[in-house]
Amino acid sequence: MTPVLADLLIGSVVAEASFSLTRDSLVRYAGASGDFNPIHYRDDVAQSVGLSGVLAHGMLTMGLAVQPVVDWVGDPARVVDYQVRFTRPVFVDATDGAIVSVVAKVGAVDLGAGIARIDLSVTFNGATVLGKAQARVNLA
Amino acid sequence: MSVNPELQGRVFPPVAPYLVGREKVREFSRAVFATNPINHDPEAARAAGHSDVVAPPTFAVVVQEATLAQLLAEPDGGIDFTRVVHGDQRFSYTRPIVAGDELTATLAVTSIKTLGGHSMLTAESTIVDATGAHVVTAISTLVVRGDE
Repeated sequence: MTPVLADLLIGSVVAEASFSLTRDSLVRYAGASGDFNPIHYRDDVAQSVGLSGVLAHGMLTMGLAVQPVVDWVGDPARVVDYQVRFTRPVFVDATDGAIVSVVAKVGAVDLGAGIARIDLSVTFNGATVLGKAQARVNLA
Repeated sequence: MSVNPELQGRVFPPVAPYLVGREKVREFSRAVFATNPINHDPEAARAAGHSDVVAPPTFAVVVQEATLAQLLAEPDGGIDFTRVVHGDQRFSYTRPIVAGDELTATLAVTSIKTLGGHSMLTAESTIVDATGAHVVTAISTLVVRGDE
């Protein structure tokens, strides 16, 4: 069932999810996206540029963070606009991995255009990693 | 070396067309934890009114990538790849990307700002289908750190 635009309340949570990332997730994303920057799979390279260790591709975090919204609206084609700001790295420990949590809330509703703006809170270790993370979904 | 301010407004030649494969859409979907059947199953996609499996919202980055490589390789651009940090990213769709699409991307530098020794460059890659109709615009803001 597609959510009904007129029923949405600003500020209400429409979707929540947690994603467990491992080094395998990063290798998989590197292959799928073609982004083979070694800071995403080699600790020595990450440390040589001043990072504490391997971090997730920002585009992987962006890509998974919208999935709870896709599942809520029922069709990936309903996401017509999606933007984020990369504010903090997600370090992925070789043994323990990393947990990224997503909470999606209604930010704005445009009844005339048939569009809802869904604001995403995306956190790792209790800190926000994506700023101004907004997905616009077509519910017309 | 710093970012050449004359890049602002520059439009690059279109990159070679990218043919969206069904298995690539599935592979990318698995990589971003996309489990919706419309991303994986052509029958589910057709039942929802699409011609084939639909790519996840961030798939356009794969098509955009060749245009950013073009920008970083521009001889007079002055962009040191090792100093580039991805600041912001946006995708604005006219219609979703589906398997079978042949997509062509054209990059334009829309803005360059300097802030305390750093440069912020905004690059817009306009992606059209084989008929020339707009599919998605991918917008990246790159932060190029200045000399220490």
